[in-house]
Amino acid sequence: MRLIAQDLVYAYVAGHPVLRGISLEIRSGETAFLLGPNGSGKTTFLDCLGGLRPPGGGEVRLDDRPLASFSPRERARAVGYVPQFHEPPFNFTAWEVVLMGRAPYVRWLSQPSAKDRQAADEALTELRLEEFRNRPYYTLSGGERRLVLVARGLAQGAAFLLLDEPDAHLDPANQHRVLLAVEDVVAQGLGVAITSHSPNNALLYADRVALFSQGEILVQGDPHDVVSPKPLERAYGIPFVVVGAGDGPRAVLPALG
Amino acid sequence: MRSRLAWALLLLPLPVAFFALMVGRYPISPGEVFAALTGGEVAEVVRGLILRIRLPRIGAAALVGANLAVAGAVYQGVFRNPLVEGRLLGVSSGAGLGAALALLLFPQPATIQAFAFVGGLVGVGLTALLGWAFGAGVLVLVIAGVLVDSFLSAVLGIVKYTADPLGTLPAITYWLLGGLGSVRVHDLLPLGIASGVGLTFFLLARWRLNLLTLADQEGEALGVRVRQTRFLVVGMGTLLVASAVSVSGMVGWVGLLVPHAARAVVGPDYARLLPAAAGLGAALVVLLDTVARTLLTAEIPLGVLTGLLGAPLFLLLFLRFLRERGGWR
Repeated sequence: MRLIAQDLVYAYVAGHPVLRGISLEIRSGETAFLLGPNGSGKTTFLDCLGGLRPPGGGEVRLDDRPLASFSPRERARAVGYVPQFHEPPFNFTAWEVVLMGRAPYVRWLSQPSAKDRQAADEALTELRLEEFRNRPYYTLSGGERRLVLVARGLAQGAAFLLLDEPDAHLDPANQHRVLLAVEDVVAQGLGVAITSHSPNNALLYADRVALFSQGEILVQGDPHDVVSPKPLERAYGIPFVVVGAGDGPRAVLPALG
Repeated sequence: MRSRLAWALLLLPLPVAFFALMVGRYPISPGEVFAALTGGEVAEVVRGLILRIRLPRIGAAALVGANLAVAGAVYQGVFRNPLVEGRLLGVSSGAGLGAALALLLFPQPATIQAFAFVGGLVGVGLTALLGWAFGAGVLVLVIAGVLVDSFLSAVLGIVKYTADPLGTLPAITYWLLGGLGSVRVHDLLPLGIASGVGLTFFLLARWRLNLLTLADQEGEALGVRVRQTRFLVVGMGTLLVASAVSVSGMVGWVGLLVPHAARAVVGPDYARLLPAAAGLGAALVVLLDTVARTLLTAEIPLGVLTGLLGAPLFLLLFLRFLRERGGWR
């Protein structure tokens, strides 16, 4: 399946568009990284892609069908969204948070079924979170919380998962714990879009990268082509160097001095 | 396990109510209470006292308690704020203003109740109108509620100022203090219908309320029509609060405290929280109302009693909350 954005335009304030004609395609079994400076439109784009903001122009389609024609429930069964933060006012357990992912399957005036409960359990198992099942969300570490939200996205049973900066505010080990878990679900056929401020995570985990700048996509394509000094300098405004080459590990660093 | 406990708490009001039927100026033995309730052999005076005086009052207390507790639990979730209760949104000040107007213009019990109920709905209606006009965000609704509440309180001040200081003014003051002393069988019908509709709705939709504690965008991503659901839920909560307040006057703290006490026992999941809060709220208000009518020779206003008890209890809960979270977030 493909989740397709075509010529997306969006403005919070009339006359100041933050998305100026974005076209991008997310495919099943692939991870797309969206890179770009703060305010370049990545998160707004992710919201539009998830149907959470109706674009001012252009459209989002799931294969041939416009996302705007989906009911909220249908849409939630097709496209899941993993927010950067989740701050419940009460101390729900990890399992209770994950079970909320079943919302698009539970009818009004009824309770989650045995199948819904099982789906929540499976999502926790898939991300190896069984031991946290009954732990209050607030007692979990940042990395564990992020994984619980990914599990909620899985419980949602959607074909596409959009993650808003899943690697932000985490130490390197936890960043990779989360992204490796995402890599596993992509291997099972999900399509994933990830916004990130880490070009190196894109090099490690992306199948495709789109580099945003001022509401447009500067370049998109193979990670090695996009995450390279020239495009990065154009997007971020500072010089970069590549470290490592060939088939070995590879990284980009700001070129200092 | 905790789920079974939640439903057990829903039954808690039954033994408490049975006890409340026994005590009073005229004590009645358990056997006589049982006989009066089941149509057995018992003195006519006792039967009348049980069925026509104590039972309606206790029934009203139970419904008022359940309504305030459930609405409080719901409001706290919808507004993502653990410190919210029915007083927010202008329900109480609207109901108070309605009751005061009725006391001033048409002082019959039925009109007072009707005016208070309509006043409560008008209060929330104004809040909802303002809130919707500015995008229906949580913060906007809270601010609109504060505005409406303070405006209606000011209007209430005008009504009080024009009221006869020897007759109507004390009546208004007494009504605002809250109490169930004047409840009769016929008062139960409107309260019963509103409570039946509201409580049934919430007990059926209980799990879905969890979704309203999410940030708007998170909820929408899960397929929830957040704005519509929020307004429906707030509307139903208002039905509960307005119908309760129109019978009892201002009874504070129940809507704030009971949900937290219930959370401490069964956890925050609304699937368990709502039955537990309904049971605890009903039992608590029945118990307090029994104290209100038996402790002294003169009746103590129920609202005063809940206030006296509520503030220290709230302090305890708050300290517990701080300990759990390791400080104020």
